[in-house]
Amino acid sequence: MQYQSQSVAKLYFVAAIGLFVGQILFGLILGLQYVIGDFLFPAIPFNVARMVHTNLLIVWLLFGFMGAAYYLVPEEAERELFSPGLAKLLFWVFLIAGALTVLGYLLVPYSSLADLTGNDLLPTMGREFLEQPTITKLGIVVVALGFLFNIGMTILSGRKTVVNLVLLIGLVGLAVLFLFSFYNPDNLVNDKYYWWWVVHLWVEGVWELILGSILAFVLIKTTGVDREVIEKWLYVIIAMTLITGIVGTGHHYYWIGTPEYWQWWGSVFSAMEPIPFFMMTVFAFNMVNRRRRNHPNQAAVLWALGTAVMAFLGAGVWGFLHTLAPVNYYTHGSQITAAHGHMAFYGAYVMVVLTIISYAMPMMRGRQAANSNRSQVLEMWSFWLMTVSIVFITLFLTGAGILQVYLQRFSENPMPFMMVQEKISLFYWLREIAGLVFLVGLVLYVASFFVGSKDPEVAVEQAASPTA
Amino acid sequence: MSQAFTKAMARNIFYGGSLFFLLLFLALTFDTQSMLPDRDNRQAITEKVAMGKRLWEKNDCIGCHTLLGEGAYFAPELGNAYKRLGGKAGIIGFIKSRPKEGIPGRRSMPQFNFTDEELDAIAEFLKYASEIKTARNWPPNIQG
Repeated sequence: MQYQSQSVAKLYFVAAIGLFVGQILFGLILGLQYVIGDFLFPAIPFNVARMVHTNLLIVWLLFGFMGAAYYLVPEEAERELFSPGLAKLLFWVFLIAGALTVLGYLLVPYSSLADLTGNDLLPTMGREFLEQPTITKLGIVVVALGFLFNIGMTILSGRKTVVNLVLLIGLVGLAVLFLFSFYNPDNLVNDKYYWWWVVHLWVEGVWELILGSILAFVLIKTTGVDREVIEKWLYVIIAMTLITGIVGTGHHYYWIGTPEYWQWWGSVFSAMEPIPFFMMTVFAFNMVNRRRRNHPNQAAVLWALGTAVMAFLGAGVWGFLHTLAPVNYYTHGSQITAAHGHMAFYGAYVMVVLTIISYAMPMMRGRQAANSNRSQVLEMWSFWLMTVSIVFITLFLTGAGILQVYLQRFSENPMPFMMVQEKISLFYWLREIAGLVFLVGLVLYVASFFVGSKDPEVAVEQAASPTA
Repeated sequence: MSQAFTKAMARNIFYGGSLFFLLLFLALTFDTQSMLPDRDNRQAITEKVAMGKRLWEKNDCIGCHTLLGEGAYFAPELGNAYKRLGGKAGIIGFIKSRPKEGIPGRRSMPQFNFTDEELDAIAEFLKYASEIKTARNWPPNIQG
């Protein structure tokens, strides 16, 4: 760690991991409700558990992104953070607002929460992923503005690197697009149309810029490959992201009352969306192969490579699987969507946040560059357990989805939704078991922060071994 | 990547390409907006329908159901519920009849204790939604 102020990132990372645990526990509740329909009913109905599951995910990833920015921006800009105090203040504002919102979901009926928070004044609640009370949304905007100011001032008055610039563009895009969450017209088609400007243009647009810049930073640090090379790759990857991803929004405009031509625009452009993810995979492996040093933090390198592979599989391959309009006609809004969602979010965003945490945490906790061998081995076990189980979760949901689509939409005599759900429950059971394995992996992950912390750290800087 | 392809070129592709496709997307959005009045059933949006949409949101119906295929996949698609359940009376009857404590071992919709006016508004909203002209008349069949 080169600058004292980078250490504010630690708060953000700790909170991120804590919320991650909460997200997974609620995921397991949801999985069980799929097979034991009245589990926790009516205390925690499915929709409430799902809000908690998805909102915790979004919030902890945002904590992760902000932590990543606070850590890497000063190092790239070669100066202290503009205001560490503001960063700490906003941390507590965001954490308390987030905690109150989740408690609100759990403790009062959602409609009462809407009344309590004055949703009628500016109705924004009750839309998927944007369930937060309007006042929470306003809080998010305030936190985002303060955060961007802090990061922006640091970047603009310091060394301007491509990593910092791309990160800043991604973060500004994130904040600006969130403003569409305040637009909620009575016209359902327009509501849906612009809802995607938040959701799609986040995860298949600006978030990929954030992902790319974090990954590039960690690769520069761990491989020692020339910055120029990595920055060129970064530009090409994010160029392909936006060139394909913006018009690729059209794959959400097939069946919501929008014109037929979106089936062409959406299919053609989103069919190309895997390209930037594939390039990211090639990029990460190339850089690690051309490394000029063997970084002692092998766990971080593993997470970086894992991100590149799993993002391609989850976002790229599983996205392509159902993105062409003639296929999507049958798969739209089925378990296929859920399968894609799980692997894409884990592979792209969960893993990149865990990558930067893995890279930065040892140094923020007083190590030179890496954790002890025992700690890293445990972390790698957690990597494999979580990654393999998300693959299985995805495969089981895909199986469920294929059967669902066939029985409910494709066969000669389509069956009612609930009847189909019972027929495919075996897959839901298997998914729940895979989810439990994921939880074991997550427990080991948390444990890796406490194991071997008194052991000596893995030897710094072994002899450089430039391979092909 | 080869030396002939410089970082400046990559940067220009990023800025130029992103800007071009952003403008293309905005143009398509503009065109879509001009076509929506014939498709999105806006003439049917009454006070009642708007009230129904607020209730739909206030009770987070999207947290279990899909509407035009978007939402959660725990409960049936509702874009065509008006047709599947046999009109407004069918919708209202179903919502009203949900047992307060659920159904042992099975998924069940909560009992929301809506007033008659609220039930009517929700049914009107779902009727409006069912009459939006979706491409290829999605969903593929009555089961949603």
